[in-house]
Amino acid sequence: MEELIIFVVLLSVGYFFGVLAEKKHYKDIQKREQETLSLAISSFGAKQPLPQASDAQLFVGEVVIASDYFKTFVMALRNLWGGRVLSYESLLDRGRREALLRVKEQAIAWGATEVLNVRYETSTIGGKKQGGVGAIEIIAYGTAIR
Amino acid sequence: MILTTLEGVPGKEILEHYGIVQGSTVRAKNVGRDIGASFKNLVGGELKGYTDLLNEARQEAMDRMVLQAKQLNANAIVNIRFSTSSVAQGAAEIFAYGTAVLVR
Repeated sequence: MEELIIFVVLLSVGYFFGVLAEKKHYKDIQKREQETLSLAISSFGAKQPLPQASDAQLFVGEVVIASDYFKTFVMALRNLWGGRVLSYESLLDRGRREALLRVKEQAIAWGATEVLNVRYETSTIGGKKQGGVGAIEIIAYGTAIR
Repeated sequence: MILTTLEGVPGKEILEHYGIVQGSTVRAKNVGRDIGASFKNLVGGELKGYTDLLNEARQEAMDRMVLQAKQLNANAIVNIRFSTSSVAQGAAEIFAYGTAVLVR
């Protein structure tokens, strides 16, 4: 019985704070995306004629983002009958957008006119239990030119 | 040292290729950060400590790559890519590689 109570408390804490954190993060991301809209960013650039520019530099943005207790629980349930895992999709989406924003912000500070050949790299930091997804690390990188 | 993910350096000409240079680090998380992380795992959100750790590790991998390029007398590294993999429980590798070139 006690275990069940602890579980329900953890679950509701996870849900409450998780939803709150996610909403806040999305708001922040949207705001910063609006601010950095002026900088052109593209994933092509390789196997193409080099752009006209006097300066080029590599910029990297990283983020490690954790799932919450509720999401982890939903994932465990989802594993039973499969299908889309919306809670993890939003987690990855947040992480990728955040990492890209960090690249853009650094590039803007440097005075970039464009960021080319952006690539992502994703990996997980295994959780304590059976290597479950505890946290996701995302690296976004690209070449800024000016 | 000029670093790019493109196949050359804009506004410059590649004179010589020196082949692939690479750098990697394997890092493990530390206990202090882990306690904070397990708490964060409850409520979700960014793990700042881990982000810093990733940043340091990535910087070190890049430094090693740059060092290797310097030894070859290169002044730029083009077509840089990063790759990550989990080596063991709680440890991860970050790997940076690119082509060392001489540009003018």
